[in-house]
Amino acid sequence: MSTRERPLSPHLQVYRWQITMVMSILHRVSGVILTVGAFVLAWWLMGVAEGGERYARIAGLMASPLGELVLFGFSLALVYHLLNGIRHLLWDVGWGFEIPEFYRTGWTVAVLTVALTAAIWFVALGGGAA
Amino acid sequence: MSTDRHDDFRNPLKRARGLGSAKAGTGHFWWQRVTAIFLIPLVAWVLGLLVSMVGADYATVHAAIARPWNAIAMALLVLMLFWHAKLGIQVVIEDYVHARAAEVTLQLLVTLACVLGALASLYAIGRIALLG
Repeated sequence: MSTRERPLSPHLQVYRWQITMVMSILHRVSGVILTVGAFVLAWWLMGVAEGGERYARIAGLMASPLGELVLFGFSLALVYHLLNGIRHLLWDVGWGFEIPEFYRTGWTVAVLTVALTAAIWFVALGGGAA
Repeated sequence: MSTDRHDDFRNPLKRARGLGSAKAGTGHFWWQRVTAIFLIPLVAWVLGLLVSMVGADYATVHAAIARPWNAIAMALLVLMLFWHAKLGIQVVIEDYVHARAAEVTLQLLVTLACVLGALASLYAIGRIALLG
């Protein structure tokens, strides 16, 4: 059976970028990043179980500038996916389907993601009273 | 299809049950939500635990994970996490990989990787908590 080139329906490139689609794309991207993060967690747990040289090497890698940058990326993706995931769950129970609500909850998630990630690293880097 | 074969006396519902679009009905959707809901408190908890460990020495980190409820919560977290990850990556592959052989191969590899990740984590947690 031969197939002819047929016109395709409009895809991403014809749309103006807006927060709703950006949030949706980022949810998937952060999910893929966090899958990698899950394996890093497993690798770290194996390191803690084994101890000694192995743990020291893993802890050293994580405390290096590149390691901290990667961990920062994971924390940002995790906080975003967590908050936007709650947004998805609220849609699942039928809440927040008005257009203004899509935008309002979208911006709420964006602002909270930045604030919470900043708070986590403020405490982690010794900015807190502890 | 053989929908009007007469040598099959099963009720049509019996033949259809469990054979939805993904051969699993709403199972994927449902378990993605169940694991997501479990992960909300678990992720909040593990973020707190990890942040509290920053700069701690090995003995402190080991002892923190070895505490009974921490070990149990960590075990539940990795189970939910790898399960949720497997369900999510499965959809990404379904959406973007259109060559059947590559798709099936990737799905099997992702399933294997997630099972191994969960097993390795559970083994590590068990060893930390039980062997000291």
